Amino acid sequence: MHVPDGFLDAPTSAATGAVAVAAVGVALLKARNELDDKTAPMAGLVAAFIFAVQMLNFPVGTGTSGHLMGGALAAVLVGPWTGVLCVSVVLLVQSLLFADGGITALGTNIVLMAVTTVLVGWIAFRLLQAVLPKRLSLTPVQAGIGAFASVPVAASVFVLLYAVGGTADIAFHTLMTAMFGVHTLIGIGEGVITCLAVGAIIGVRPDLVYGARPVLARRELVIKKPAVA
Amino acid sequence: MRRVATRWVVLGIAVLALVLAGVVSRFADSDPDGLTRVSQDHGFAHTEKGRDGLLGGYSGATGVLGVLVVLGLAGGVTYAVRRRRPRDEQS
Repeated sequence: MHVPDGFLDAPTSAATGAVAVAAVGVALLKARNELDDKTAPMAGLVAAFIFAVQMLNFPVGTGTSGHLMGGALAAVLVGPWTGVLCVSVVLLVQSLLFADGGITALGTNIVLMAVTTVLVGWIAFRLLQAVLPKRLSLTPVQAGIGAFASVPVAASVFVLLYAVGGTADIAFHTLMTAMFGVHTLIGIGEGVITCLAVGAIIGVRPDLVYGARPVLARRELVIKKPAVA
Repeated sequence: MRRVATRWVVLGIAVLALVLAGVVSRFADSDPDGLTRVSQDHGFAHTEKGRDGLLGGYSGATGVLGVLVVLGLAGGVTYAVRRRRPRDEQS
């Protein structure tokens, strides 16, 4: 869903650029609390992995493809603020080196694919974690559901931005229907990839998954109980 | 459960990313993505202002280079802002 230059007018692009700068600035400050001995080595790798998987477009319906956005995946693996940084770096490199996403649209793409997907994916993930049983086996599924939800929401935010500053006159509901529909399908792929990736790391080293920590902390308490008695 | 060393996890993800970008990417669907397709169907694809990236388009080789650049940049940024151990803070 990389927005190219020209889709949104200059004022809208400037506004999303300002929001993106602010979001990345806050993320730089907040990520410090997430990056410890376990997450710090993972962060660069998670970004590199997301870049690689974003190259793997999968078919959705006839003549249309989609690919991972990765915000929810990054948030669950290394923490939401670090996730914003990871996906922002991916988007910056894609824009500069591959012209995948515009230069003036970089702020828009960061708002959509770094900020929105992290926000939606992480909040949905944490809500599910709060209401469902505290089992490690559920963590990949919760991440997948958060990832699934994040894609149509990001597409909807694009449509809202287009309603404000789109350079062509497209009816709001027409664009919303089209974007929401195709990105709900792409969201299924996002959810499956996120579930598999989180599940793979949980399988070997659950302690390296930032989002699994509340469950792990609880599990360790349960294990230690008989030793004390 | 046998604990897999962090360096193997790190190496595993790095190798997987390189293989996905360098090899598997050639099997990716070349159809337009969701937004591009919608812009074609609803008549605003022409508003795109195209340009060339520094590496041109995606290929196995440029993909591998992209992975390494992202790894260096994201790894560098997160390394710079990470939480230091107390003894690091003092020095």
